[in-house]
Amino acid sequence: MSLTYEDVIAKYEPVLGLEVHVELNTNSKMFCGCSTVFGGEPNTQTCPVCLGMPGALPVVNEKAIESSILIGLALNCSITPFSRFSRKNYFYPDMPKNFQISQYDEPICVNGYLDVEIDTDDGVKKFRVEIERVHMEEDTGKSLHVGGATGRIHGADYSLLDYNRAGIPLVEIVTKIVPGTGRYAPEVAKAYVAQLRDILRSLGVSDVRMEQGSLRCDANVSLRLIGAEKLGTRSETKNVNSLRSVERAVRGEMIRHAELLNKGERVVQETRHFQEDTGLTRSGRSKEQAEDYRYFPEPDLVPVAPDAAWIEKLRASLPEHPSVRRNRLQEQWGVPDKEMAAMLNADALEIVEATVLLGADPTRARGWWLGEISRIANEKNVAIADLAISPKDVAEIVALVATGDLTDKLARQVVEGVINAEGSPQEVINSRGLKVVSDETALMAAIERAIAAQPETAEKIRNGHIPAAGALIGAVMKETKGQADAARVRELLLGHLGQPTN
Amino acid sequence: MITKSAYEMSAAMAAGETSSVALTQAHLDRISAVDQHVHAFLHVDTEGALAQAKAVDDARARGEKVGPLAGVPLALKDVMVQQGIPTTCGSKILEGWRPPYDATVVTKLKNAGVVILGKTNMDEFAMGSSTENSAYGPTHNPWDLTRIPGGSGGGSSASLAAFEAPLAIGTDTGGSIRQPAAVTGTVGVKPTYGGVSRYGLIAFSSSLDQAGPCARTVLDTALLHEVIAGHDGKDATSINAPVPQVVKAARDGNVKGMKIGFVKELNGDGYQPGVRSRFEESLELLAKAGAEIVEVSCPNFEYALAAYYLIAPSECSSNLARFDAMRYGIRVGDSDGASAESVMNLTRQVGFGREVKRRIILGTYALSSGYYDAYYGSAQKVRTLIMQDFTKAFTSADVLVSPTCPTTAFKIGEKANDPLAMYLNDIATIPVNMAGIGGMSLPCGLAPEDNLPVGFQIMAPAMQDQRMYTVGAALEAALLDQWGAPLLSRIPALAGTQ
Repeated sequence: MSLTYEDVIAKYEPVLGLEVHVELNTNSKMFCGCSTVFGGEPNTQTCPVCLGMPGALPVVNEKAIESSILIGLALNCSITPFSRFSRKNYFYPDMPKNFQISQYDEPICVNGYLDVEIDTDDGVKKFRVEIERVHMEEDTGKSLHVGGATGRIHGADYSLLDYNRAGIPLVEIVTKIVPGTGRYAPEVAKAYVAQLRDILRSLGVSDVRMEQGSLRCDANVSLRLIGAEKLGTRSETKNVNSLRSVERAVRGEMIRHAELLNKGERVVQETRHFQEDTGLTRSGRSKEQAEDYRYFPEPDLVPVAPDAAWIEKLRASLPEHPSVRRNRLQEQWGVPDKEMAAMLNADALEIVEATVLLGADPTRARGWWLGEISRIANEKNVAIADLAISPKDVAEIVALVATGDLTDKLARQVVEGVINAEGSPQEVINSRGLKVVSDETALMAAIERAIAAQPETAEKIRNGHIPAAGALIGAVMKETKGQADAARVRELLLGHLGQPTN
Repeated sequence: MITKSAYEMSAAMAAGETSSVALTQAHLDRISAVDQHVHAFLHVDTEGALAQAKAVDDARARGEKVGPLAGVPLALKDVMVQQGIPTTCGSKILEGWRPPYDATVVTKLKNAGVVILGKTNMDEFAMGSSTENSAYGPTHNPWDLTRIPGGSGGGSSASLAAFEAPLAIGTDTGGSIRQPAAVTGTVGVKPTYGGVSRYGLIAFSSSLDQAGPCARTVLDTALLHEVIAGHDGKDATSINAPVPQVVKAARDGNVKGMKIGFVKELNGDGYQPGVRSRFEESLELLAKAGAEIVEVSCPNFEYALAAYYLIAPSECSSNLARFDAMRYGIRVGDSDGASAESVMNLTRQVGFGREVKRRIILGTYALSSGYYDAYYGSAQKVRTLIMQDFTKAFTSADVLVSPTCPTTAFKIGEKANDPLAMYLNDIATIPVNMAGIGGMSLPCGLAPEDNLPVGFQIMAPAMQDQRMYTVGAALEAALLDQWGAPLLSRIPALAGTQ
């Protein structure tokens, strides 16, 4: 019998630890000049350096250092005056040198924090997540294991290797342990990643596309009895590819741990893989026996020693903090708290702002993105940002409704058409013939036909029974395939039958 | 012509007395005649060399200005990658690999019009002091074919002594340029660490490896030094500063007023009597030339060898991890159903030789969690102490000197099964690498007891490489006065023409 979440939090206190890997959006890789563009033909973005050819040497990408410092500053970290790269040694076919260049005991940024807010039934609650370190490293290549049931290297018939990703700059942001979140642990985890993502986006240092892997979160979870000092054994959940998954993974792990602990079993220290379809995790690599990576300072690189003036220059260039920006937009647009929370929850702030910046009314823009478009996104089980509709399209639709060229109803069809990749709003309007029928002669003709078809109904209206008008209006709308303005039809109909029109 | 210096060859070409094609062909002929006995080369690029030579001749014919070593042939240690040319690093694991790119040193040689004859033999991955660890068989010392030519760059130095090339490139991690130079009666320089780009140098121990010039005269070595040195944006450890004026120093050779410090600890017990006597006579010659000879003490050099054999294997255990059969080199055991792991294991088992495996195992152990501080950590501290010894010694001397090696060339096979005895051969050369400073070896005569060459080592502070050339040129001139002809004129004739 499985436990409920309430059972878990009644007995246990969850302790979080979050490791976020961010792919920087530098033009070139961490240690060579190869392109970092996503999705290239396999092994076309490689060179002797990122292929680990004998004799090749790494040279640090200065832009990556700059991005790392910006991240550290935005997370209230100290920037260390002297940091170093180390080699993390282990064998794996997708790692060209069989060691990964990474910062180990001397990271570039240390000791920061990020305050996150979550919306609860008891109002907005604030949690401080302390950051232990921000460090730089290079990504590995990608393996595709073909054959076998699991998609893993064991049991595969053969494996394909793509080194395009090898050497892409990564920044890893590691929190200290986060106790004290109680029942809100899943939401705090999600809010932390969401806010971190917003910061990274505002800094312009990464694409932060979780689904493409440019932002990846490992969620460490452990439980201890409420009131206990000693930390429980943690599991490390990888493969958490969306904000929603972060929340689900933490919640799921809390329940799984509690079930084990309640049965008197122990939690195994291991990595676990989150499975999007079930929301559960499956066992990965055991970490019971710590792997020995034989770290030592990378002798091919000199220490990173950013000078203080550069750091201050970067500090001065930091953009508006996302939380400040959020408050500003809420005020400017006059959004009530609850709806602001809904917009944040739907991850729609960016896209709404982009739409507003293209001239749309904020309330209308918000209405479309959180209403019809969100509904379709939910149906398709994707994020609104992944639909084939852009802020520009929505701004255009809002404008067409404002001018009366589209009714709300028609506009919904346009939205649907754009999302179905039928083209721009104008193209959808043209191809679907979605023009408001504003030719009153044509409308009157349709009204006459409706009256002729339903003389009894018309008679009722003439006798002052206004609600009966609905049937005739419906008939007209049907005849015009919904392209008439229903309010105008009503006006014309009632006027024609000698009734007041308001 | 092949017994001339590179400088003389260049002058002859400039004067129209010979062409690069003729000169290159003469060296290729010499290689055909004697290399079956010496085995200095692993690969001879006849076609490529002649094409390069012709390009230089054509440029000269068009009246273009060419560099001082344009058209002069050179032997390239097989540790340097050259695009399209088989590069093995003396290892079976890289058999058949043709690099897709040029090392920076190779690019600079090509730009200078230097003609690359081919790749020279070496101890596998530069690990050794005799070239016996090459997977392709040993190189023989042209002074006595039953003896070793030194290592790891035995092929490069032997090619010079056998007149197969007037110039060569070596690399020096613990003495791999200087010790072969010493035992073959040639000149070799390990520049300041960071003075010559390591890009394209197949790494053995990254913090110690340094490429450098080899030749038969101090001036030729200086000319080659200036061609290959200089800052390289592809090597983060490359020094961004002007190249020391080594050619000027080699031409001047004036040691009047210079203080030359002989290192007390690098002499005495364990040094062959004939090595000591030739070394001491050289000191007298330098004193006669106007230098002041002082004694300096570097007490921590005692620990250099032990620390070296922790640092170098540690770095090599990581550097050599990339040889995993996935992307280049040989692949063993790739049968149906074999896992990547088993292919990696089998390939490394078959592809690496005993000494390489020994060092990988040593280094893996030294870096292991729980041992790191005791081994790698302590070795790094020793390294700091050695640097401090040098810093202190350089306050009382402009350069330091010692015999390059404790003995002359030993017999092939003599120390092959005694790694510790082999390691001791580098006792005087290793401190230079540990401190990242410059070191030169030049011939200072034959040991009376075995008539084999003795090397004289000169060490200079970081980026003061020109000082080695000043002292080297002065000693070379004084010795030449005494001998009447270069030392190599006394080399026994090889089975072939001379």
